[in-house]
Amino acid sequence: MNVLWILLLPVAGIALPVLMARAGRTVTAWVTALPPALALIVLLQRAPEVFAGEIPTFSLAWVPLLGLNVSLHLDGLAFLFCLLILGIGLLIILYARYYLSERDNMGVFYSYLLFFMSAMLGVVLSSNLLQLWLFWELTSISSFLLISFWWRNSDARKGARMALTVTGAGGLALLAALFLIGDVTGTYELREVLAMGDVVRASDRYYLILTLFLLGAFTKSAQFPFQFWLPHAMAAPTPVSAYLHSATMVKAGVFLMARFYPVMAGTEAWFVAVSLTGMATMLLGAYIALFRHDLKGLLAYSTVSHLGLITLLLGLGTDLAAVAAVFHIINHAVFKASLFMAAGIIDHESGTRDMRKLNGLWKYMPWTATLAMVAASSMAGVPLLNGFLSKEMLFSETLHQDTLGALSWWIPLLATAGGALAVAYSLRFMHDVFFNGEPIDLPRTPHEPPRYMRVPVEVLVVLCLLVGTFPQFMVGTLLSTAAGAVLLGNLPEYSLAIWHGFNLPLLMSAVAVLGGGILYLNRRHLFEFQMQFVDRDAKYVFEDLVQRFIGRVTLLHRWLDDGSLQRAMFLLVLLALVVSAAPLFDLMQMVGSHPQLPINWVVGFCAAMLVAATFITLWWSHRRLVALIALSVVGLIVSIAFAYFSAPDLALTQLSVEVVTILLFLLALFFLPQRSPEIDSPLSIIVRDFSVAAMFGSVIGTICYALLTRPLDSISDYFIANSKPGGGGTNVVNVILVDFRGFDTLGEITVLGIAALGIYKVLAQMRVYMPAADINGHRWANDRHPVMLAVVSQSLLPLALLVSAFIFIRGHNLPGGGFIAGLITAIALIQQYVAHGVVWMRERMPLNYLAFIASGLLIATLSGMGSWAFGHNFLTTWFDYFKLPVVGKFELASAMVFDFGVYLTVIGATLLILANLGKLTTSDRLRLGDD
Amino acid sequence: MEFTFAMSVGVLTTAGIYLMLRAQTFPMIVGLTLLSYAVNLFLFASGRLTVNGAAIVGSSQHYADPLPQALVLTAIVIGFAMTAFVLILAVRARSDLGNDQVDGRQLPEQRSTLGDALAVKMEQKQSRKSDNGKRKQP
Repeated sequence: MNVLWILLLPVAGIALPVLMARAGRTVTAWVTALPPALALIVLLQRAPEVFAGEIPTFSLAWVPLLGLNVSLHLDGLAFLFCLLILGIGLLIILYARYYLSERDNMGVFYSYLLFFMSAMLGVVLSSNLLQLWLFWELTSISSFLLISFWWRNSDARKGARMALTVTGAGGLALLAALFLIGDVTGTYELREVLAMGDVVRASDRYYLILTLFLLGAFTKSAQFPFQFWLPHAMAAPTPVSAYLHSATMVKAGVFLMARFYPVMAGTEAWFVAVSLTGMATMLLGAYIALFRHDLKGLLAYSTVSHLGLITLLLGLGTDLAAVAAVFHIINHAVFKASLFMAAGIIDHESGTRDMRKLNGLWKYMPWTATLAMVAASSMAGVPLLNGFLSKEMLFSETLHQDTLGALSWWIPLLATAGGALAVAYSLRFMHDVFFNGEPIDLPRTPHEPPRYMRVPVEVLVVLCLLVGTFPQFMVGTLLSTAAGAVLLGNLPEYSLAIWHGFNLPLLMSAVAVLGGGILYLNRRHLFEFQMQFVDRDAKYVFEDLVQRFIGRVTLLHRWLDDGSLQRAMFLLVLLALVVSAAPLFDLMQMVGSHPQLPINWVVGFCAAMLVAATFITLWWSHRRLVALIALSVVGLIVSIAFAYFSAPDLALTQLSVEVVTILLFLLALFFLPQRSPEIDSPLSIIVRDFSVAAMFGSVIGTICYALLTRPLDSISDYFIANSKPGGGGTNVVNVILVDFRGFDTLGEITVLGIAALGIYKVLAQMRVYMPAADINGHRWANDRHPVMLAVVSQSLLPLALLVSAFIFIRGHNLPGGGFIAGLITAIALIQQYVAHGVVWMRERMPLNYLAFIASGLLIATLSGMGSWAFGHNFLTTWFDYFKLPVVGKFELASAMVFDFGVYLTVIGATLLILANLGKLTTSDRLRLGDD
Repeated sequence: MEFTFAMSVGVLTTAGIYLMLRAQTFPMIVGLTLLSYAVNLFLFASGRLTVNGAAIVGSSQHYADPLPQALVLTAIVIGFAMTAFVLILAVRARSDLGNDQVDGRQLPEQRSTLGDALAVKMEQKQSRKSDNGKRKQP
């Protein structure tokens, strides 16, 4: 089966638990377990191939231009991690079935869990850098959901937020690193990048890449100084902690380091940054773990410590250390998952996790106690258990390096100290909880958990034992394949035997165990010593930082947007001014080489009129009717300008739109105050606004002038050349509209239709202010519909319709077309409304304008789809010439059908707007919105 | 000719922007309309100015660029739809809010002389400030 299934099955299963939640808890758990189980089968089926050294891949081009592909690969490392994620995931599903109570929403929990599982699988399977990052961030988001599962609890919310912030921010750093890697290597495909490690390391941006990359990895794996988020994520339900902090979430960071080991490792910088961070984390985590009273807190810091150990191993940079790192990844996942589950059982059955109360549980739950103690011994590194083996490898590796020069002996010493601390906290976990006297007022009397809640722990503890005693048989191949993937096949010689003879590492182990024992025996003194320090809760420090940050941002936001649209508009204009003016400073020459046209008196007069009319609009803007009349003059001159500068179609459109716009303005003005205050703002504001506007105008004028005087290199020659042979029309503008760029036009009339519908909705059920008299106090005339106007406009209607038909038909070859014809028809009908009123019109012409819009859009779309029937692309036009006896030769084109759709939409939209607004003046307004 | 054209665009832009910054809805929409004219003319200018060269195949030797014309044609119609929508919104806003202020706030009674208007504006400013003060307290 394809490797894609390993990822696809859990993804497909995400919704299942929520849907099945009603079927009962056991059924839900079974349904949840199904997709990972199937995925595990697929994985195991590919195992022989992977162990034989092949790398099954899957790839699908997604956005190849950006280097984004869906590509998966299943190499040794990915295989190992898939096994851990799916295997431990299945155990967690079983465990959670008994851990969660009746009150918890189990379906949602399982869905989050599968979501997280899918994201993790995506991270380890990805062989495209950007895709890897996408899944990386998904793990942050899904773990946020899991940690905050008990969202009513403030600690859970704070812990989840902290985890998301830290790991999410690290993810952004990682993204930057991946972009840089992609830039340096020229590819985003992981397999190619892995082969180009030399290029990356030799690049002068290597240090930047390394810093960003390690920020991503260290935040995820809770390395010092980012270790603080991990213990707070313990507010999650224990199955989540067991999953996130053993095999998955925090392992993603070390996975990343292992994955990019061939690219990043091998330099002095890598060694110093990674191994020292790992060492610091290991010691700090182990030391703090010793003083935690919370069972899960102890385990959390021990996780931090062990992650530090793995990081240290990866940082040492020798091949054997890398093998040891991979080995410890496996071992830690196994014993830590079982320990968390055991801690969950203790919490579940006794009601507390406080080790000051939990004592002597051996008597109450001997079987669980045995399991937990075996796992804890493995954590401490006791022989015959798996933890011992990898710790032994660590000790031996620390002896074989000399990077710190004469002080290299520090490293084995510190590693031994870390080992001793690990022994001490493991002892505390075992002795404090299961022995050490009697329990102190527990909320419940502890007892053994339900049978199946213990099964996952048993499975894992048996694994600890088996790996510890028969390492080569149990994990030999798995380890060599995974480590081989990390080292790109350059596997060193090593042996997984338990007994290597009496040597220095064994002595270090012995010292560690002994030292741990002494530390634990003297714990009272240590505790007293530690009591002297103030323990600052990272949660509150972090929360304080977050709140302060939010406060600042809120202030900034308030300053930018105080709720005044006027102010926001001013800021926007100012920004646009700065952005558009800045490039002009680099424009050395304002006037270009394009030959200029000579000016004549007609143009001069029109320009003067335009300026004068604009000025009147401005000056008398408080007398709104006057401003409106001046505005219509401006519009008129604009259409004259279009006509003069060889754009007859534009002139016709502008002219007819002008009529409709001014009519609409007049109607709207009826419902608005007739005057504005003469001075609407303080003088300073007016001066400010006008200066900004004048600067804006001069900038735009300058750009326009610079543009007009520069030579033109247009793509329009193609349109002009192909208009007749390709589109069958000589009016190039119209052919562009209905043919070359027909899809644009279709979108545009859709917008027009939507705007009209929006207006129709806004007008519905509106309460209106209607003045009883005009601005000078004159009452409205009694003669609402003057006879002369009525008669003239009525007799003009057929003529106007004829004109619009003519304009429509000739549109393909001469100025005209659907837009203009539609506007002319609309104006002719509006004139009837003006002359006769709404009631008269409704009786004689019960037109449904909504239907106009709908049918127009339908016709235009269908005419475009028609070309599919002939195997052409959407909106391909067809045309031919025919001959009829009387008419003579004429042309038929499918573009005309499209144009007819445009025509209908324009009529419908225009009239829907105007007729409905007009209706408001009559008693009909109450019926608006009903029809 | 080019200079006159560019100057007209500049004048229209100035008037349009200035009116768009006003506090009442109606002048603002008038400003928007003026700005639309300016924008349409500007886009049209990207095809340069041509006299007697309508893009009708066979009608002249030298054609005007038809592409900006087609784009501007749709821009005019869309501009109408937008103006209409904003205008109706202004009518609706007055009906629902009882005033025609862009910010939707009811102002103290408007007076027409300069001094009074200034006084009114000062009052508003102060009341706005005190509003902010109140908002911060809790």
